[in-house]
Amino acid sequence: MIVSRRSLSRVLAPLMVALAVIGQPVLAVQPDEMLSDPALESRARDLSKGLRCLVCRNENIDESDADLAKDLRVLLRERLVAGDTDEEAIAFITDRYGEYVLLNPPATGSTLILWLAGPAMLLLAGGVAAVYLRRRRPERQDDSLSAEDKARLDEILGR
Amino acid sequence: MITELGHFALILAFMVALVQMVVPLVGAHRGWSGWMAVAEPAAKTQAVLIAFAFGALMHAFVTSDFSVRLVVMNSHTAKPMLYKVAGVWGNHEGSLLLWCLILAVFGACAAWFGGNLPATLRARVLGVQAAIGVAFLAFILFTSNPFLRLEVPPFNGQDLNPLLQDPGLAFHPPFLYLGYVGLSMTFSFAVAALLEGRVDAAWGRWVRPWTLAAWIFLTIGIALGSWWAYYELGWGGFWFWDPVENASFMPWLISAALLHSAIVVEKRESLKSWTILLAIIAFGFSLIGTFIVRSGIITSVHAFANDPERGVFILLILAVFMGGALTLYAARAGVLEAKGVFSTLSRESALVANNILLTVSCFVVFVGTLWPLIAELLFGRKLSVGAPFFDAAFTPFMVAIAVLLPFGSLMPWKRAHMGRVARPLWGAAALSLALGALVWTMQTGRAFLAPVGLVLALWVALGVVADLWIRSGRGNLAQKAGRLWRLPRADWGKSVSHGGFAVTMFGICAMTAWQTEDIRVTRVGEPFEVGAYTVTLQDVQEVQGPNYFSTLATIGMERGGRTIELHPEKRMYPVQRMPTTEAAIHNGILRDLYVVIGDPQDNGGWAVRTYIKPFANWIWAGCIIMAFGGVLSLSDRRHRVAAGAAKTRTAAVPAE
Repeated sequence: MIVSRRSLSRVLAPLMVALAVIGQPVLAVQPDEMLSDPALESRARDLSKGLRCLVCRNENIDESDADLAKDLRVLLRERLVAGDTDEEAIAFITDRYGEYVLLNPPATGSTLILWLAGPAMLLLAGGVAAVYLRRRRPERQDDSLSAEDKARLDEILGR
Repeated sequence: MITELGHFALILAFMVALVQMVVPLVGAHRGWSGWMAVAEPAAKTQAVLIAFAFGALMHAFVTSDFSVRLVVMNSHTAKPMLYKVAGVWGNHEGSLLLWCLILAVFGACAAWFGGNLPATLRARVLGVQAAIGVAFLAFILFTSNPFLRLEVPPFNGQDLNPLLQDPGLAFHPPFLYLGYVGLSMTFSFAVAALLEGRVDAAWGRWVRPWTLAAWIFLTIGIALGSWWAYYELGWGGFWFWDPVENASFMPWLISAALLHSAIVVEKRESLKSWTILLAIIAFGFSLIGTFIVRSGIITSVHAFANDPERGVFILLILAVFMGGALTLYAARAGVLEAKGVFSTLSRESALVANNILLTVSCFVVFVGTLWPLIAELLFGRKLSVGAPFFDAAFTPFMVAIAVLLPFGSLMPWKRAHMGRVARPLWGAAALSLALGALVWTMQTGRAFLAPVGLVLALWVALGVVADLWIRSGRGNLAQKAGRLWRLPRADWGKSVSHGGFAVTMFGICAMTAWQTEDIRVTRVGEPFEVGAYTVTLQDVQEVQGPNYFSTLATIGMERGGRTIELHPEKRMYPVQRMPTTEAAIHNGILRDLYVVIGDPQDNGGWAVRTYIKPFANWIWAGCIIMAFGGVLSLSDRRHRVAAGAAKTRTAAVPAE
């Protein structure tokens, strides 16, 4: 197994225990894999960035060194050359590797919770804050003078 | 012998911490001054003992004592001295010892500088701090002893992971730990205040320097890690939204929120109970981070040894401290009555908005990080949450913060008038929008991101300028400059940090959107064009380093008659049988040139990757500016006066 170097990025003060690395690394997407059609290639690059290298940790296939990532890159490009749309190519891969391969989980079913957690929390926090701010508001201060004050003021001013 | 003494010192420190935990807390509860006075010498003794233990472990690493198991697993005689030293914390056991050392040193500092604290508060702070120490020292002594010996010492060690043999990374963990553990101090203050049942402006003033310090260290630590990823990992990414990165980012977000809410406590005596809650949660995220990195539960967990026993231990620590503190909070928070009133449009409200955005964005990161686990446990779905999710879900919060920041920083306390706040900002808004539009038209067809980032960054930066301009008052330039010069350091800290935020934001957007990339096979001596540069692979050589072999390329990048020579490398570390890529980077203010040498090809060529990364350094420069702003704020007279007035007044007087 080639252990991807990028997987090590998840640093705090990391330790890799006994890494057996066989062979030289290949460097992410390779010149010989790339398609000659720039439009197709740029589509392939964009799609690759959303697909997970299954044997790595949290790394997309575009940047991964692993053999499997290379196979996926080539597979993806084959589908695009065969005339698949982006959706069809992605569907082709998720059919075979499961939704685990998608770095951007689709907002369907239970994953909707993940996508809505942030906005929901924002609304909740906003609501709580609004209630809090209302309570903190000073008593309404009436800047205008009462009739009594006005009379007294007139008296003082000798009007 | 020294190793055994180190182990012994660590056990002694554990005993001292036990005493420091129990005696002062009981003393504070009963009002026995003798018992409370135990805290101070105990805190200092504990720090000295752990420092000795740490020194002993470092001695074993420096002298390459291969009878110590940890040294065998993480060191090698051929390793450069810097990395022998850094190797001490480049592993689970050693880094945990460093964690404890910092914890104890912070405690000792609180004993040292805490002369102006009321006696009971100080005793309680040190008692709570010792309780954290007890937990972590027990963790080390019972599950992760760094001083274990081997019966048969091997001839040489297994070396440190080559990726970690890097100056940027050598200092990354200590800074990060200073930040993580610094938050233990605010936690101790929060719990102590709950025990006291009193939070006032003075408390806000005492807790702020610790929060600031923790935040500064976290900022520097995260920046170092990201910078390392940029130049070491191969193709210049700087942030991957990996669980372990998120583990450091979440405490940063919360401590940034805490930093702002503590100001409200200090100046206005409002938001008290919220600030206490934040202080507890901030340390909670530090512990969660520790858990994520060391337990092996989330996919990123390769980072440390994946021993389930350790994970359970940390979870236990997390449960005890968070459970305990939050229960105490639930019971006592009602006592903390807020004083200041303020209108819906005021600096207080602006800081509330800041807190909401920061904490909810942290919540998004938290949910995203844990979601794969939750989905698998609850819904039986095995899925990934990667960078695309975080980019989409997190960025809007930063945009909102950037939009609101200039308004908030111009608002007066208590009550603001929108018209008066907005007036000086019209110019800033117009100018930044105009410049954004200009860039938008100039870069036709490229990503929308860069102009937006530019507008926001400029808006924040000009907001800072407008703020300073208003603060400088009326009069001629000399008078204005004089007034600016005399502004409190904390105000300068605020301006500088906000400026740093703008710089980082611009750097991230510009580099992401405007990067030029070229991947190709080239032969030696065949020039090719990348952007405005003519690139030539001039030479490839095999050379030998102190503990590695290297394929060293020479690449020339020519523009306008000036050639920049770059030397990217591919290294092989034989002891760990691990290859690394050393990108060659030419740093510039406006752009980085970034080249990577890949594999030799069958036809005699080499795979070469060339990148032009505009404004890359602004990302980390902005972080450093932010941290510097923090330092300025930390050096404010207010904090120093409080420290200097140590003995003259025992009970602090509220700021107002």
